[in-house]
Amino acid sequence: MRARVPSLVLSRLLIALVTLVIVSFAVFFATTLLPGDTASILLGQAATPEAVAGLRTAMHLDEPALFRFLRWCLGLLRGDLGTSYANNMPVATLIAGRLVNTLKLAGLTALISVPLALTLGITAAMWRGSVYDRIVTIVTIGVISVPEFVVATSAVLLFAVYLKWLPALSFTNEIHSFYDLLRAYAMPVITLTFVVSAQMIRMGRAAVIETLNTPYVEMALLKGASRPRLVLKHALPNALGPIVNAMALSLSYLLGGVIIIETIFNYPGIAMLMVDAVSTRDLPLIQSCAMIFCLGYLVLITAADVIAILANPRLR
Amino acid sequence: MTKRATGLIGSRLGYRINLVGLIGFAVVLFWAVIALFAADLIPYSVGEIVDTDYFGPMHPGLWLGSDYLGRDMLSRILMGARYTVGISLAAVTIACVTGVVLGMAAAVVRGVVDSVLSRILDAMNSIPSKLFGLMVVAAVGSSIPVLILTLSAIYIPGAYRFSRSLAVNINTMEFMTVARIRGESLAYLIGAEILPNIIGPVLADLGLRFVFIVLLLSGLSFLGLGVQPPYADWGALVRENLGGLPFGAPAVIVPSIAIATLTISVNLLIDNLPRKIRDRSAP
Repeated sequence: MRARVPSLVLSRLLIALVTLVIVSFAVFFATTLLPGDTASILLGQAATPEAVAGLRTAMHLDEPALFRFLRWCLGLLRGDLGTSYANNMPVATLIAGRLVNTLKLAGLTALISVPLALTLGITAAMWRGSVYDRIVTIVTIGVISVPEFVVATSAVLLFAVYLKWLPALSFTNEIHSFYDLLRAYAMPVITLTFVVSAQMIRMGRAAVIETLNTPYVEMALLKGASRPRLVLKHALPNALGPIVNAMALSLSYLLGGVIIIETIFNYPGIAMLMVDAVSTRDLPLIQSCAMIFCLGYLVLITAADVIAILANPRLR
Repeated sequence: MTKRATGLIGSRLGYRINLVGLIGFAVVLFWAVIALFAADLIPYSVGEIVDTDYFGPMHPGLWLGSDYLGRDMLSRILMGARYTVGISLAAVTIACVTGVVLGMAAAVVRGVVDSVLSRILDAMNSIPSKLFGLMVVAAVGSSIPVLILTLSAIYIPGAYRFSRSLAVNINTMEFMTVARIRGESLAYLIGAEILPNIIGPVLADLGLRFVFIVLLLSGLSFLGLGVQPPYADWGALVRENLGGLPFGAPAVIVPSIAIATLTISVNLLIDNLPRKIRDRSAP
């Protein structure tokens, strides 16, 4: 039995790798299906037949799509992401700074939402059926049922319009003090925290409740253990795997959320860059951003799966 | 429509639906009626500028105020219901019919077909949904047919997985063996033997998927990549009136509330469906 865990983990990593290849295939072909010839679009007014033919050869556009796909993959592996169509800058340069910004936003959100969601999810499960549990459940269902931008607009209405604590839809680069920094990040982080924590609380609560329904917890209850002791000492150690799994899975909601949040708050991150690239149809930029997002998503899902495998004592 | 059918099946068969579920059902029904008869209900034409002021407040005549160009917000919301509900309903129907048929077929046929189908659809599932939408819009541009097909393609894998897991259980039953021995066709097996046994949970799942699609469609429209002007769904209405947010204009608040009421009430309806319908095939 002991040998099963490494082989299971290995096969999970292998599946992730295969999926990544399929995904990169999909990303490349979805974006090369574009109607219209890239070379003539790029040249615009100056599109003489000779110039178009020359540029096509220079960009390897006359090669079969499969060759271009392989060339593109090799470029990605070497860190060469191509050149942006819109402003002729290397995609890597465009992305670098933006990626750091997005990671800052995501990291900060994770830092706040994980402890918050853990506390709320576990306590809600501890007092299941109480008024407190019902309030937590209703609020989380409410947040999950509405689009991220509705959460964002409500947060702006509450904190910026009525309470006037924070600036509304503006992200300034003029950060002079810690206080400025706090104010600038507050709205995007608050909104993202809402979106991500709601998922985490639901999944965490469900994981704890599932463990609470087991015979050994009932046994502890019959012994006369108090509720906190029941949950913290008996149920939690066994629910830890599912909970961590749930945390990793809910963090993948960050990806969807960050696209909306960066747009609404004008935050200079990579999602915003991608939305702009879609409206200008800047293919190399779209491809690279899409790959970064898919990679992040896959890493989180695979991590969740691996944790679930490692945490299952029946496999050990 | 499908949600209405679920409710009616419930009461006809003598199940009890509780109050919260009824409220959810009523709100869903309300929006369905609005979407159907929007064209006859709107007080002004959607493109007509009726207010000299933009982001006007609510007052008699302009019950929901005016938008960023001074157009009547009530008319725009009513017509928006058509796009939000209509597109999502079309997409969820395509997604669930395709996914459920494939899922049942995979469970019955098993073998290579099953594993190939499962692998491909799992890989599709690992592209984040908003990203998938963004890429398709970047590649072929946004129009209503493209939106419907994209949204349904995104949610086929989920419907497939769900129905397959249910159908696998049914497939082990004795009546399935009997039907197989009788020499029934695949179409008969999945249509007459499996489907009636999983229809309750499948319809509940369809409702949840409808919510996901409404959320994704609104998100795309909010980014300006969904429904394109001159048409506008609720997400697009929030986007175009975002300028009114700093002074709390009804033009940006009301479409948000509209989306929230629709999605929350579908969720409430599904959550409060009688257990018998939801978990019929659960052991």
